[in-house]
Amino acid sequence: MPKCEPVLLARVGKPDSASLATYQRDGGYEAFKKALKMSPEEIINEVKTSGLRGRGGAGFPTGLKWTFLPKNHAGPIYLAINGDESEPGTFNNRILMEEDPHQILEGIMISCHAIKSNTSYIYLRVEYGKSYRVLKQAIEELYAAGLLGKNILGTGFDLDIYLHRGAAAYICGEETGLIESLEGKRAWPRIKPPFPAIEGLFRKPTIVNNIETMACVTHIINRGADWFKSMGVPPDPNNPRDAGSYGPKLYCLSGHINKPGCYEIPLGVTSRELIEEYGGGVPNGRKVKAVVPGGISMGFMSADELDIPLDFNGPGKAGCLGLGTAAVVVVDDATSMVDVLFNCARFFAHESCGQCTPCREGTAWMQKILWRIRSGQGELRDLDLLTEVAGSMGIIPGTTICGLSDGAGWPVKNAIQKFRPEFEEFIKSGKKVIRHAEELMAAAH
Amino acid sequence: MPTVTVNGTPVTFGENEKLNCVQAAQRAGMEIPHYCWHPELSVVASCRMCLVEVGDVKPDGSVAMQPKLFPGCQTPVKDGMVVVSNSPKVETAQKATLEYLLLNHPLDCPVCDQAGECGLQDYSYEYGRGYSRLDEPKNLKPDKDYIGEQITLFTDRCIMCTRCVRFTREFSGTGELQVINRGSKEEIDIFPGEPCDNKLSGNVVDLCPVGALCSKDFLYQQRVWWLKGKDSACAGCSNNCSIRIDQNNDTVYRVVPRPNPRLQAGGHFMCDDGRFGWKYVHSENRLTQPSGPGGVTDWTAVLTGVRETLVKGAAESPKRVAAIISPWATVEEAYLLCSYLKGLSPDIRIGLGPVRVVGEDDTYPKDPAGRPVEPVRFTIRAEKCPNRRGVEAVLQHFQGTILQGSQLVKAAGAGELDVVYVLGGDPELGYSDDDVAALSRVKTLIVEDLLASPLTRAATYVLAGGSWAEKDGTIVNHQGLAQAIRRAIRGPGDARQDGRILSELAQRRGLYHATTVRQELAGVVPALAALIVGDLGDEGIDLTGPAAPVATLQTAGSSN
Ligand SMILES: Cc1cc2nc3c(=O)[nH]c(=O)nc-3n(C[C@H](O)[C@H](O)[C@H](O)COP(=O)(O)O)c2cc1C
Ligand code: SF4
Ligand code: SF4
Ligand code: SF4
Ligand code: FES
Repeated sequence: MPKCEPVLLARVGKPDSASLATYQRDGGYEAFKKALKMSPEEIINEVKTSGLRGRGGAGFPTGLKWTFLPKNHAGPIYLAINGDESEPGTFNNRILMEEDPHQILEGIMISCHAIKSNTSYIYLRVEYGKSYRVLKQAIEELYAAGLLGKNILGTGFDLDIYLHRGAAAYICGEETGLIESLEGKRAWPRIKPPFPAIEGLFRKPTIVNNIETMACVTHIINRGADWFKSMGVPPDPNNPRDAGSYGPKLYCLSGHINKPGCYEIPLGVTSRELIEEYGGGVPNGRKVKAVVPGGISMGFMSADELDIPLDFNGPGKAGCLGLGTAAVVVVDDATSMVDVLFNCARFFAHESCGQCTPCREGTAWMQKILWRIRSGQGELRDLDLLTEVAGSMGIIPGTTICGLSDGAGWPVKNAIQKFRPEFEEFIKSGKKVIRHAEELMAAAH
Repeated sequence: MPTVTVNGTPVTFGENEKLNCVQAAQRAGMEIPHYCWHPELSVVASCRMCLVEVGDVKPDGSVAMQPKLFPGCQTPVKDGMVVVSNSPKVETAQKATLEYLLLNHPLDCPVCDQAGECGLQDYSYEYGRGYSRLDEPKNLKPDKDYIGEQITLFTDRCIMCTRCVRFTREFSGTGELQVINRGSKEEIDIFPGEPCDNKLSGNVVDLCPVGALCSKDFLYQQRVWWLKGKDSACAGCSNNCSIRIDQNNDTVYRVVPRPNPRLQAGGHFMCDDGRFGWKYVHSENRLTQPSGPGGVTDWTAVLTGVRETLVKGAAESPKRVAAIISPWATVEEAYLLCSYLKGLSPDIRIGLGPVRVVGEDDTYPKDPAGRPVEPVRFTIRAEKCPNRRGVEAVLQHFQGTILQGSQLVKAAGAGELDVVYVLGGDPELGYSDDDVAALSRVKTLIVEDLLASPLTRAATYVLAGGSWAEKDGTIVNHQGLAQAIRRAIRGPGDARQDGRILSELAQRRGLYHATTVRQELAGVVPALAALIVGDLGDEGIDLTGPAAPVATLQTAGSSN
């Protein structure tokens, strides 16, 4: 795969890259000015034509989502930006927010014009202190420069952007959990319909988009839909539901890798390319055992599946849930999949919001079973039980309200299916691998 | 008419009717198991007990089912839709949901108040898998007896349906209950120091499908299968909420609301005053035998004495004979006394007893600061008696006007009366010390009541009557709905239900039978003509409805 000229990360690491001055010096806010001269429909069409799909995890076509808003609505319409970034392994939003906030803000401003919104909220993961400070400063600069507020640049367009620090839970990133949390409530995802585009924040039409999605919008308006579409992978003819995977993507590479980091690559790079060409391979001469394609809720690819392209359609071919956030976590062959899976299960049991019975109970149960297995008390039939539990949870079987539950079940299903001999061997060995510190922590919870 | 097919059975519904799958199934007499859904609360679709398969009939007649399961409570039915709740796929999901719900459930049934009427027991038996595959320790959560003055929480029995939370947020509006923690560590709780003590709080106990929220009053008093229920109506205020009285061995243990579409909020709820306010029924202070001059305590002797006094008074100077009928009396009792006395002499005056009004109508929801919020979903009436309208209708008929009892009390005080018959029933009496002093001036004071009081102590004859739980009869609520109250228990000692006392006083033939009297009076009192049906059914009869002579009853009501 040829390396491409970074666009989203172009300014990252440059001196004072977060300031309005340097951003404008580098041509910033020209796209916004261009957009103000376009009609909302023209912008939506441009975004649609570009093939941009949401970068937050679900990969929903962005332009199409915008068209779900009611026509001729009296307003207010809200744009809620999802900066909750809590999917394990994911840190691309953080880099954008800390290093180049203005390309995000410009995307928000363009998108608001497109969807006829005068108010946008950025919902920010509370742990991201630096992102908060940088974004806050950037927004203040925009108000001072007359680029936010009333009658922007004399066009009659009004826009306010509010920065909201989140409530420190993974579920606050689920779009309707985010909306509830923004409203000051417990982040319990809402049942759909109504979808947010019809009835969202404060019961008004609302679009929820990811931070990286917004950065892409800036560049699509700047460089045109054709530029965006020149990168990536066209729709898979064998999958009628695949809308193609276009544009650059920020892949987060972490785990057992020599050069972890955030890499901007056109969609469709394979795990092997990522690991070998970008990440400098696995440390200590070890081999890859498994790869998480896009945050742990997407499941696992085995070492045999490293040549599958990481586009929106690829991971599904390996039985994974999807591309997710494109956060690639490498697991080397010295690591126990039993431990890896336990860690995943612990995360989801801790993060399940707890309203749906299957998710609330299933996540905690899977954690308990895996704990028992790791304490040397496992039985072979536990593997079938885990698979059954994992399969009975989620919006895909239709047993829950949001996708957290699918994401909790998927790594379990993948791991047991793809690494079953390792699990069996471990159970038969009767080994106890729980460390004293873990026991203390479990007792404290 | 739009039609949906539920498990193969066609169910029709109205053009503009909004039904979910659970309701459509109910209409066909089928159950789709559900926990979190309740007709008076918002839909959260979180328990996932009600999962169904849905599909459509295609133009070629074939059925296309959706691959996913859907929560029946959240899914509206549409014309031509197919709903399946008994397929292997649905049954597998039901088993899974129940296994999840039971995973951390303590299975306290032997010591749990809910056992015998528990949603978890019933569904586990009906739809569950019969055993749990959990090998690990269950979550333990602390019991919380501080939830409310009337309510206690067995935290680990909770299935997190959030009905209770939604009730306090949406219905009472007071918002005391909340969910704390996350995932399987979640618990229902209150804000420290802000217990759930609103006047509708007891409803959360009924709403709770399991034995998590329990009534402190009822706790450990009875196993529910020992209880015998009688449908009745609450006498606590002029709402007359439909209820069931649960008793065992002539002791009332609890009353619970009973759905009734003719009442506010579909009759699903009642207030705590009504729910816990009936304890006077078993008061130490109950009158347990009749009494008359010379220490007579024999019903026949006492009633003979009363009758002779009245007959003599009516013959000698009927204008000096009067009766006061409490708005706690049933329509039948008012009718029996009126027809008897007016039969003795049309000049005997009969007044309406004290109508206790306490404060103002109390509406819900309220905001957390206690201010009422529109739209109103529940009103506790300021008028604290069950049957003003019914008694007034009878008085209006027999006298052409409604005489206030207070005028008769005044007349007694002024020495203008010789004989006064007070038909009571209000556990709070309703007569002041001055009223009692005035009534004491008459030669013969006859008091038929529940509880010993200054008034009974001043009386020549005391007739030990029955509480609302001990009598059959009709009461008419503030909106003109006539409902039957039913004899659930026998009164203490020799106390009798008032209908029987009055029947025997009037020397009517046969035993007192409320339905017979009801049908008789329906023929006599035009405003109550609709009672001719005799059996008022579960929902009662709307006396203001088109079948009833509206004007008469409304005049009766408004002349007060
Ligand atoms: C449990 C859960 C957590 C999520 N967390 C995030 C998140 O942190 N950031 C994000 O952008 N999207 C997250 N999503 C996806 C959002 O629901 C939503 O699809 C996304 O924000 C839409 O933006 P996009 O269309 O621009 O991708 C999450 C979804 C689920 C089910
Ligand atoms: S699936 Fe899990 S996280 Fe999502 S709403 Fe249900 S309980 Fe909450
Ligand atoms: S206490 Fe009862 S009503 Fe409240 S959430 Fe738990 S089970 Fe439901
Ligand atoms: S509102 Fe009135 S009738 Fe209803 S329960 Fe309360 S006291 Fe009884
Ligand atoms: S009753 Fe439908 S999900 Fe709870």
